[in-house]
Amino acid sequence: MADTTETLPLTADKGRFSETLERVRRSSEYVVMPILALIVSGILFSIFLFALGKSPVDFFSLVWRGGFGTSFSWQNTLARSAPLVFTALCVAIPARLGLVIIGGEGALVLGGFAAGAIAIPLIGVVPSYVLLAVMLLAAMIAGGAWIGCVGALRHFRGVNETIASLLMFYIAVSILNFFVEGALRDPSDPNKPSTAPIGSENMVGFIPGTDVHWGLVVGILLCGLLYLLMNRTTFGFAAQIAGGNLRAAQAQGLPVGKLVVISCAIAGACAGLAGFFEVAAIHGKANASLIAGYGFTGILVSFLARHNPLVIVPVAIFLGGIAASGGLVQRRMDLPDATVLLLQGLIFLVLLVSETFYGRLPFFRSKGAL
Amino acid sequence: MGDDTGLMTVLLAMFAGAIRVSTPFLFVSLGEMLTEKSGRINLGLEGTLVFGAMSGYAISYHTGSPWFGVLVAGVAGSFFGALHGYLCKLPKVNDIAIGIAMMLFGTGLAFFFGKAYIQPSAPRLPALSLGSWSDHPGIRQALEINPLFLLGVGLAVLLWWALKNTRYGLVLRTTGDSAPAALALGINVNLVRLLATTAGGFLAGIGGSFLSLYYPGSWTEGLSSGQGLMAVALVIFARWNPIYCFWAALLFGAAGALGPALQSIGISRGYHFFNAAPYILTLLIMIVSTSPKRSLKGAPGELSITK
Repeated sequence: MADTTETLPLTADKGRFSETLERVRRSSEYVVMPILALIVSGILFSIFLFALGKSPVDFFSLVWRGGFGTSFSWQNTLARSAPLVFTALCVAIPARLGLVIIGGEGALVLGGFAAGAIAIPLIGVVPSYVLLAVMLLAAMIAGGAWIGCVGALRHFRGVNETIASLLMFYIAVSILNFFVEGALRDPSDPNKPSTAPIGSENMVGFIPGTDVHWGLVVGILLCGLLYLLMNRTTFGFAAQIAGGNLRAAQAQGLPVGKLVVISCAIAGACAGLAGFFEVAAIHGKANASLIAGYGFTGILVSFLARHNPLVIVPVAIFLGGIAASGGLVQRRMDLPDATVLLLQGLIFLVLLVSETFYGRLPFFRSKGAL
Repeated sequence: MGDDTGLMTVLLAMFAGAIRVSTPFLFVSLGEMLTEKSGRINLGLEGTLVFGAMSGYAISYHTGSPWFGVLVAGVAGSFFGALHGYLCKLPKVNDIAIGIAMMLFGTGLAFFFGKAYIQPSAPRLPALSLGSWSDHPGIRQALEINPLFLLGVGLAVLLWWALKNTRYGLVLRTTGDSAPAALALGINVNLVRLLATTAGGFLAGIGGSFLSLYYPGSWTEGLSSGQGLMAVALVIFARWNPIYCFWAALLFGAAGALGPALQSIGISRGYHFFNAAPYILTLLIMIVSTSPKRSLKGAPGELSITK
């Protein structure tokens, strides 16, 4: 006690410096812990592989090579991370309000379907930029309305958003299948039930010099924009209060219902965008290829990024790389394609368990608090 | 007249379907009910169900004994349940998020080891033919009942009785309603929840083995399609009452049988919507049965999902 009163006035500069250091050390917890969680899950997965008689070294070097080793694999990785950015935003934005939305895949599927369906009467009628703009809007509206509904059900009926959004994923899939195998099926495509192709001349192009479509750029911009919205505006602040303490928010007269529905609608619009780019940049038509699991990996991305839009981009690239290496791992090591899924599940588990160590590891504890 | 027999066929198929399809729902929902009664929620039962289906099928294939497969599926499920229960016990760990992770992990593990069992055919569970009194082939088929269904019905009654009348039931209910009250009574809250989650996992594993060993009767990756999660909604609908769980499971089974039943009489239009009937039904039920204003009757007070 006597110590502090004596030293404080004497070493003001040093005090400020060590205070900054202290703050850096404490906030570094939020960077170090997820990385530690990744390392621990890597070790656990290595033990698992080892027990199966496979070499963990081979596995991780193949993951590295398939995901980040060459310029080809980088492009593959980046192409896969674009939808992950969007679907992770679909989890991250409602998470600010304390909502756990796991049905982003449904909004992706429906957004992609809406984009593909609305294009059909317009193909060849309007210039391609109008076509793409209409498709983009349709995808965002469809996805936004879909998850917006989840938010509305949550607020006005007390329906649990986690379960509701997942049920609605299955419903979205059946809507897609119903139309794609029925009224909107392209009769000229005998192989896979699909809507009519929008035509290569109407598709979203690639970033010059790469095989990566513009979705990634849009995703990065959107992350920045939503970061500003959630951290620098009244809306974001209100959302945060409502997420922290609902009763307090209501007592303050915050329009909690509106916040919930709008956040969910924004989230759904993000996932709808993922569907738009899948249709307009990759498949060129809406079909069951939209159901690729991006929505579910997006949940993991968002949790790894601690629901921070700015961190989502690197994490999405990281997980996109793991996913991109799946094929290589499967061929070279004779492992099933579910290996990547298993690794993701393990990372997710370890990551959530790591929550319990926040504030408990001595290194990150500020000395003053002890 | 033609319409009449068509309707009869559909109704009979739905009745048969209700019995056939409801069994996994019944087991998972009873398991989820036990877990939720202890004040915790396990969304990971979806993964448990899928893993139970895979392991039950694999064991039945290797040992030739489907009943041993059922047992192993249950034991595997209880490991998942115990893991979930243990992880949720840690401070600051969110049980809903852990459930989602366990769902991914369980399905990942099942798909990983299940690749080898997609092709081979394992011995299935036998059925009891209770319909031999009838000449009608539809009725006979409808009354081909699997012993697991009867076991599930018995279990529902037993749980209903035990929750009401035994000391264990009281301990479980107290733990779920108020952890402080349970602590004051000298109950080890974490232990009760761990055991309840483990038992819930056991039942979900058995429910899963029914999927691969009886109906639809083979191991495929798209086998469960959200049944474990629907069980969570089903338990809310059933107001945490085992007997209502049984009726709700029958209702879900009938809804699930609607699509195939209509297709069997040649109505294939809207097939995908009829297949989505269980999900739509679940959602509607949740909308109707929950309320933001009051807590639900029979809801365990500690349960995060209804708070």
